[in-house]
Amino acid sequence: MTSIPRLPTASLTTSCRPVFFSGEVERYLLPGVDLESDGSDRPTLLLPFQSSLLVITSHRLVFVDEASSSAREIALSAIIHAFPLKKSMSIRSMFASPRVRLQVSISNDGTISEKGTKSSVITLVMRGKNTDPDVFYGKFMEVLRSREWELTASADQGSTGLEGSSSASGVNDLRITMPVVGVSGILRKEQEIWESTDKNLQDAFQDLNALMSKAKEMVQLAEKMRQKLLTTGSNSQGSSNDEEMGSKQDMQDWLLSVGIASPVTKETAGALYHQQLSRQLADFVKTPLEKAGGMITLVDVYCLFNRARGTELISPEDLLQACALWEKFDVPVMMRKFDSGVKVIQNKSHSDDEVFARISSLAQKPDALRKGVSPSDAAFTLGIAPALAKEHLLSAESRGLLCRDVSAEGLRFYINLFNEIDSANIYTIKSHGLLNAWHLATTVSG
Amino acid sequence: MQKLGEFKLPPFFNYPPYFTLQPVRETREKQVQLWKDLILDFSRNQKIFVISLEEDFPLFSNPSIERSLSHEAKVVFLSALVTDGRAEWMDKGHKKCLILWMRIQDWADYILRFVRENGLEDGVMTVEDIRSGFETRGTELAGIDRGVLMRALKLLEQKGKAVIFKGSSADDEGVKFSA
Repeated sequence: MTSIPRLPTASLTTSCRPVFFSGEVERYLLPGVDLESDGSDRPTLLLPFQSSLLVITSHRLVFVDEASSSAREIALSAIIHAFPLKKSMSIRSMFASPRVRLQVSISNDGTISEKGTKSSVITLVMRGKNTDPDVFYGKFMEVLRSREWELTASADQGSTGLEGSSSASGVNDLRITMPVVGVSGILRKEQEIWESTDKNLQDAFQDLNALMSKAKEMVQLAEKMRQKLLTTGSNSQGSSNDEEMGSKQDMQDWLLSVGIASPVTKETAGALYHQQLSRQLADFVKTPLEKAGGMITLVDVYCLFNRARGTELISPEDLLQACALWEKFDVPVMMRKFDSGVKVIQNKSHSDDEVFARISSLAQKPDALRKGVSPSDAAFTLGIAPALAKEHLLSAESRGLLCRDVSAEGLRFYINLFNEIDSANIYTIKSHGLLNAWHLATTVSG
Repeated sequence: MQKLGEFKLPPFFNYPPYFTLQPVRETREKQVQLWKDLILDFSRNQKIFVISLEEDFPLFSNPSIERSLSHEAKVVFLSALVTDGRAEWMDKGHKKCLILWMRIQDWADYILRFVRENGLEDGVMTVEDIRSGFETRGTELAGIDRGVLMRALKLLEQKGKAVIFKGSSADDEGVKFSA
């Protein structure tokens, strides 16, 4: 059985930054990285920690774990070969973390080091969010190709326990050493950086040009795929091959994630993106709901949610769809539309009757009997937003609990007395009851 | 109790929503009912036969609560009376409304009863006498709208209970009743 490759330890500063050698320059950072041996069934973790921060320098790959303040490294010189990124459309690859496979040389004692006699394949797994594997791979290949460790007189990377910033007067091998000390060294470094930046820019622009010319093709391709989905989706001639359907769903999800709307209608289960968003929203909305007293307008949710997300803002359509999906899940919240068109999110446990009871008792207070209740009065008393208070008042009105009064002072609501009035006896007021209460309240004030 | 002239106003006349046209159907129905009755009662009490929407009608506003009916509301309530047969629009533009706090048929009956009770059958009265004469003083007929009176009389004429004949001028129109 082949032994598991080991990585030499790398030293860190007290703030968990790798200790760089002279001449070593940091090139790229990538969080959320795991390293696995390319096992057949169960890959073995090569690092004693998970989800490390990968620091690519001009000379090494350093895997930093801030939690344990420890790090491991792989010398770039030990990397024999970096396999190109696999572009597969299989279900696994769609949702799995991107991986980069490297062939590294291993010395007799199993340590990954340059000039080893054996080799092994290891896998770099990128578990971080927002990881673009292509960008990473591009940067990585650049660093590999530039082979800077050969330019500077680096200490032998194979030995463990390399301490601090050793001077260039380490091991001098037969490679050409450029002066790295003094002003000329600094100037040389600067020059190198400029050249590399320039090259990067050129490459980037080349990529951009290539992309521009491909863009049209890309859009056409996407359209073709979309059309295909539409047509094959609609003619269901018992072609219920599960795999086919699965990959079709993936196709839709993929299209969706690159920003192309799925042609499938809302009635179907919906793309995974929306499902996830929907659940996330349901969780998020709990706290604001409580603060707002059980009901909150959709507009407010939109603002709060996007503010909390910071980046990756969602569109109003996304929000609407996410709320619509709640019907299919068992979540304690629901969306509701008032007659006026105002949409709100409320707890399923929210009871309209309870609100009406509070409104009713508010409207029967002496002040309210005399002057009625305005939406701002209700908002103040009920402790909710004025827009919502108005909705509640309107709902209570349509239930027959309240009547409206339109005047120069605006819209106000009174407790409904029409039902209390006996058409046959309009001059009599029964001694108890609403009409009497109103009469007393209004005649006393004069 | 508040009054408008001699008319006693009901308590709900001070209820502000009473003066705002209610949007909710059930509430509206109740409101319309109350206004219809009030308009008829008031008109009967004040002997008002015509309500003009271009003029202020005292019943349609309550200064003590600073509320008055909107034009739309007035039209709604009067139209409801028209539908009930208790009022008639006098013009196409719905600006003037004839209030029949007694229906024409009721007027006809009333006139007949009055004639009988006062033994005026086989007598002749001018139309003006009926409206403002001595005999009708204190009755509903006093101050009756001329148009309404004529229609009632014509109805009686159709039933053979009266005969209308013209005098030398409009004022001289006379009626002869028969038993």
